[in-house]
Amino acid sequence: MALTTQRVDVPVIVDESKCLEKCVACIEVCPLDVLVKNPDTGKAYMKYDECWFCLPCEKECPTNAITVQIPFLLR
Amino acid sequence: MNTQYLKTDFLVVGGGTAGTMAAIKAKQASPESDVLILEKANIRRSGAIAMGMDGVNTAVIPGNSTPEQYAREITIANDGILNQKAVYETGRLGFEVIQELESWGVKFQKDHEGNYDLKQVHRVGKYVLPMPEGKDLKKILSRQVKRHKVNVTNRVMATRVMVQDGRVTGAVGLDVRSGDFVVIQANAVVLCTGACGRLGLPASGYLYGTYENPTNAGDGYSMAYHAGAELTNIECFQINPLIKDYNGPACAYVASPFGAYTANAEGHRFINCDYWSGQMMLEVWKELNSGKGPVHLKMYHLDDDTISEIESILWDNERPSRGRFHQERGENYRTHGVEMNISEIGLCSGHSASGVWVNEKAETTVSGLYAAGDMASVPHNYMIGAFVYGRIAGQNAMEHIQSLDHVEPDAEFLAAEQARIYQPLQQPEGVPHTQMEYKLRRLVNDYLQPPKSPNKMDIGLMKFVAYEQTLEKMGAKDPHELMRCMEVHFIRDCAEMAARASLYRKESRWGLYHYRLDYPEKNNEEWFCHVNIKKNKAGQMELFKRPVEPYVVNVDLEEEVYDVAVR
Repeated sequence: MALTTQRVDVPVIVDESKCLEKCVACIEVCPLDVLVKNPDTGKAYMKYDECWFCLPCEKECPTNAITVQIPFLLR
Repeated sequence: MNTQYLKTDFLVVGGGTAGTMAAIKAKQASPESDVLILEKANIRRSGAIAMGMDGVNTAVIPGNSTPEQYAREITIANDGILNQKAVYETGRLGFEVIQELESWGVKFQKDHEGNYDLKQVHRVGKYVLPMPEGKDLKKILSRQVKRHKVNVTNRVMATRVMVQDGRVTGAVGLDVRSGDFVVIQANAVVLCTGACGRLGLPASGYLYGTYENPTNAGDGYSMAYHAGAELTNIECFQINPLIKDYNGPACAYVASPFGAYTANAEGHRFINCDYWSGQMMLEVWKELNSGKGPVHLKMYHLDDDTISEIESILWDNERPSRGRFHQERGENYRTHGVEMNISEIGLCSGHSASGVWVNEKAETTVSGLYAAGDMASVPHNYMIGAFVYGRIAGQNAMEHIQSLDHVEPDAEFLAAEQARIYQPLQQPEGVPHTQMEYKLRRLVNDYLQPPKSPNKMDIGLMKFVAYEQTLEKMGAKDPHELMRCMEVHFIRDCAEMAARASLYRKESRWGLYHYRLDYPEKNNEEWFCHVNIKKNKAGQMELFKRPVEPYVVNVDLEEEVYDVAVR
């Protein structure tokens, strides 16, 4: 079956200049488990577009690197 | 992929409100026993109260109300169909739960004299107790879980309960990160997996923009069904009045004690009680479909300080993204009403009555299998009910397992379940779970969204049954996607049950929740009963009537009809 990749406006925005390489706080608290580390940079990013915009990631980030927007479809 | 084998005395599936309490109470009852919480997310921020709660809705506090008054109120609101003894327990034990939560550091609102500051939202009694500082509830519960030496396994999703020779022997699941197959032997299991929140599709079209935490995909409804347990009142859907496009309530529970109210576009009241019920939802639906919609939560007549106080509660707690939703749209409670709409449908006994059948001991109809929280049918049970039933399940399970030994898992069952779970990984180019789920839930909206039409539901049922084969085309590229694939199976099971139960009950009841166009009236003569579902020996979905248990509190339902319309 043919699959395609689609560009998606994701709710969770990570400021890479603030994201700590050894920290996994946001990844551990996400109920939907949508955040992972980019293995090349060690920075967190939203890999799966399955966000409940519930904010634990933003609240638990020790460096305030995360901003959660309301998903575009609801905004 | 490896297989992990675990063994525990008591397995708690789901570490939310009910699950954390079940585990804590089990350890208090039997500190030497091994208790394990299995959680698909992380218990620190999981379940319906992941980001806290701004109040409790079913607080029976001595001096303010009695369990008898509470049981009466819910009996009338749920049109008489309930195991009243079970609802009574929520009233009887809720105060002890509140006291214990307070001893753990949870704060409830009190007045200047130090009394609980209860608010009236229900039709008659005062049962709503605000918790303006409730945002860290889940962190407090997690701390107690640790303190009570409960074992916790995060990021493992249960997929099936193991039943051998008529008793529960454990559960199996999937590690959603490593992809490991996990087998857990246990002498008792409590399912606390929350609502089926991903049944209908929100009007926004965003799969995860649901009212319920979208991790709660009906896992427990499906697992209980396949374990042979009875489910009940499934046709009594959960439908909520929410902010249009947003997934949270407007929210009259918080704002109405300050003087806010639900109004139509002309600014007039059309309901005289903001407590969520099917009858209230029917009035909202009628108003939206009259020339007087849309409806809104009206606050703009209140003074600035009052509105600021409402904002500080609503924007900081339970749904903390609510503030930025309004701000991005340039909306202000001071100048405009909060436009409301009807949510997608779901299954949830925390708000309505749809759930796994349980008695007042939290027992399902399968020996050693318990259920608590949103997925267990104790009508209108909300958060206090989840705590109460978690507590009851934990205590009773520890008594139940005293003379039981672990049973070796059935190798044939394990092989079959392993094959079922990992099938999508064999075809990574198969249909993605997102498209599979979108289409399934769009069909739920098309055919099951009330008002319910028999012919449409017949078509829906046919499609949900056929969808079982369609799901075989689903592909997954990693363990995370595999988790979502398994959730689509849970959703499909729930959709089929919702269609069958709605077709079976040939009357209307619970306002909009079960409003049938072909039988628009309530018919107590034929349908004053539960509609229960179970998997029969042939593996088919069987429906039957189950009589309503004798009441412990007398209610004359001919006299006391729940009606909230302003006429």
